[in-house]
Amino acid sequence: MLNWANFSSQLFNGLVSGALLALISAGLTIIYGTLGVLNLAHGALFMLGGYAGFVAFQETDSFVVAVIAGAVFVGIVGIVLERTIVRFFYDRPDEDQILVTFGLGIVLVELVRFGFGSLSQSISPPAWAAGVTSLGFMLYPTYRLLVFAIVAAALGGLYLLLYRTRLGLVVRAGIEDATMVDALGINVQRTFMTVFGIGAMAAGFAGIINAPIISITPNVGDDILIECFVVVVIGGVGSFPGAIVGGLVAGEIMSLTSMIDPSYSAVMLFAAMALVLALRPQGLFGTR
Amino acid sequence: MRVPARRLGNGWLAELILGLVLILAPFLLPSIGATADMLSRILIWGLFGIGFDLLFGYTGLLSFGQSAFYGSGGFIAAYLLVSHKIGNVFLGLAVGTAGAAAIAFVVGLLALRRTGIYFAMITVAFAEMFFFLENSPLSAITGGENGLPNVPNPEIGIGSFDLVIHSPWQMYAMMAVVFFLGYLLARRIVASPFGHVLTAIRDNPGRASAVGHAIQRYKLAVFVIAAAYSGLAGGLEGVLQGYMAPDAFTFDTSGQLVMQSIIGGSGSLIGPLIGASVWLYLRAILQSAAGLGPAWKLVLGLVFVLLIVFLRRGIVGGVSDLIGGWRRPLSDTPADAFNRSSVQVEMAEGGRGERDRSADAPRTKVLEARGVSKRYGGLVANADISFSVNEGEIRGIIGPNGAGKSTFFKMLSGEIPPTTGSMFLFGVDITGRGVTAVCQLGLSKSYQINQLFPKLTVRQNLSVSALSRTRGKFRLDLIRPMSRVPDLAKDIDETMHLLGLTERADTPVSELAYGEKRRVEIGLALATDPKILLLDEPLAGMSPQERAATVRLLKEIARHRTLVVVEHDMDALFGMADRITVFYQGRILAEGTPAEIQGNADVQEAYLGGVHAA
Repeated sequence: MLNWANFSSQLFNGLVSGALLALISAGLTIIYGTLGVLNLAHGALFMLGGYAGFVAFQETDSFVVAVIAGAVFVGIVGIVLERTIVRFFYDRPDEDQILVTFGLGIVLVELVRFGFGSLSQSISPPAWAAGVTSLGFMLYPTYRLLVFAIVAAALGGLYLLLYRTRLGLVVRAGIEDATMVDALGINVQRTFMTVFGIGAMAAGFAGIINAPIISITPNVGDDILIECFVVVVIGGVGSFPGAIVGGLVAGEIMSLTSMIDPSYSAVMLFAAMALVLALRPQGLFGTR
Repeated sequence: MRVPARRLGNGWLAELILGLVLILAPFLLPSIGATADMLSRILIWGLFGIGFDLLFGYTGLLSFGQSAFYGSGGFIAAYLLVSHKIGNVFLGLAVGTAGAAAIAFVVGLLALRRTGIYFAMITVAFAEMFFFLENSPLSAITGGENGLPNVPNPEIGIGSFDLVIHSPWQMYAMMAVVFFLGYLLARRIVASPFGHVLTAIRDNPGRASAVGHAIQRYKLAVFVIAAAYSGLAGGLEGVLQGYMAPDAFTFDTSGQLVMQSIIGGSGSLIGPLIGASVWLYLRAILQSAAGLGPAWKLVLGLVFVLLIVFLRRGIVGGVSDLIGGWRRPLSDTPADAFNRSSVQVEMAEGGRGERDRSADAPRTKVLEARGVSKRYGGLVANADISFSVNEGEIRGIIGPNGAGKSTFFKMLSGEIPPTTGSMFLFGVDITGRGVTAVCQLGLSKSYQINQLFPKLTVRQNLSVSALSRTRGKFRLDLIRPMSRVPDLAKDIDETMHLLGLTERADTPVSELAYGEKRRVEIGLALATDPKILLLDEPLAGMSPQERAATVRLLKEIARHRTLVVVEHDMDALFGMADRITVFYQGRILAEGTPAEIQGNADVQEAYLGGVHAA
């Protein structure tokens, strides 16, 4: 139904889902940009964040604790994966890196399925963020507004980390030339580990934040991973601004298309990607 | 001399063994719990995997989106058959296969614009697009989430003989025949010049295009071939089940294909079949017998990760390493006869030898740069360079580091276009036409840093170059054996003899010593049979003996060719070149005979910092 109220609420939905996609994609893209590894386990890490938060929520009944637990747990899992397996693949071909992270993703998904079953689990948003808020021109679910604010803050934090700290300087220098950074006496290994942890944490954080909007299943990350691919292809692989713009564009495309015909929303997303590929193969913000 | 184990697979041995296995399987495997249905499915996945192996194992293109073509082929065939638009099941399968190939042509045009991780991501995304298309917008045709039931059984009717294939073992027999034919075709493709170029693209795409192959067209061709295999496999699944399931389009289908191929071993054609056997058999065993239920996938996922970490070449690779382990004799390092003998000749000849073509022969400009500049942002690498080389000349290019020699060389070879100005090769304007076209016109370059095909042997490396000369930049000679390419073996033997690499003919170049690799590098350029050969620091990193031998080799090569050589070894270059061009700060500072250059005060000033002049 094409009317103003519907349009504005879909526009907001697009912003919220777009911001979430931007955050997950930012994690994917800084890992790729720094380590040169396309992490196909990223969707599984997103899923894992939801489940870790779910467990913490069951135990404590506190949504805030659940969010922190989800993000921290996935960050730790990321660091463990990097130290035990991924780091041995830096010198191997791109294809091997893709294959091993793909395999790790499957193992994580199947482990969760083993532990929690295939049925969906749900987390309710905290009581103080339930209900709707009046924006003057429309009523909008409070929790979604909160999600947008939290994700925007998280992206801002990532931005500060990348562009205003010593770690960020090393990361950005590492994207340009990892060998040179190593030669300058900076511990690239530790930076890589940290970046993988932060990237994973971004995915896990998004996973638990998103859990009250959509219920979680072991496969909840599969589609997200593919949408992230579209985001980074549109935005330019390895580009932080590209991930944000790409995420918002992707969110709006899906949201606004579904207003007209929901069955085309995903199709339109991929069509947009094809268009970018045809006109600007390196992506909107890509350089290579 | 080491005979590679791979050679044993040539001839018809692999086909013979496969044929026997396919015939014996129904008699032997049911005793360990395999059913006809399981074996048929294994063959379908194996066929699907053959296409994927051509794409990934042989060409190095990792696609995570093969489900798009599996599903498309399956649904096109199923739709045509279910709606009775086509009555003959085999014709329906053929149309489905062709449809999948046609779709792949369009998808490939976009997806192949990028490589590596981008290609993997883009193929996933396209496959997902097909999944959603099938699911709703096209659901009137595809049945959406319900799929298409009532796919008819195949019928073979010749005269009064009429057979409807419906029992499980009849289905198996049909799948076995189709798989066998698919395998035969793939074996021919792999052994063809086309297949050889694919392996070159896998090992070093940049060099494959530099020696004259239009690699984008090869990639698109193999992408389409892989999709045809996928489409046929998808159609067969519909026929086997009598039902085309929408699962065909899921990411899981693509992922399972990748995992099966890796478990079995990619780059062997048969690996995916072995992987599919392990996968489907273990799934059945783990799910029911071991009572693991849904955890079967966890076990296979762990197996997959372990294989990637420790045994990247899968089961087939592991087995062939075991066999190779017994077979491989103690490694013999043939004494490098090339250096010794050549050095002796060099000393006996004393310098330039007989190659001193008089200057009075009519000389034509074969290579020319007119007013060429190259800028990178604010940096001017080359400024207004006019340069020409005459036929049969050996031209040396010298200059301090950063003088713009390598940039200029890249423009001559077509690797990068000039910012302004034009390039002419035999009077043809080659500005901006790219390295492949320039190579096809008869100019080839050897690189400062080796750009080889590391997994291929010396003979195979040189064949890559030689094929571009005999076949042009692209040819779809899928079923012609390499041995039928006229003069190929003879030319390669001659080139290897010239390079002193005959004894290393069947050694993978990654196992060669540095000096030998350096000669393969020159050989790759030489084997395209160029009229003009550009050599970027051919002596870099060589020992004095190797240098002397290589100088002699270059003089030998120059007897029938024009050479342009960038080199820092002044003694070697001045003893070899007819004329020298000096680059300095992106411009040409001087040009003349070696004697003129040695006496040039500007050159001494610029090049030696005035030390000698002082």
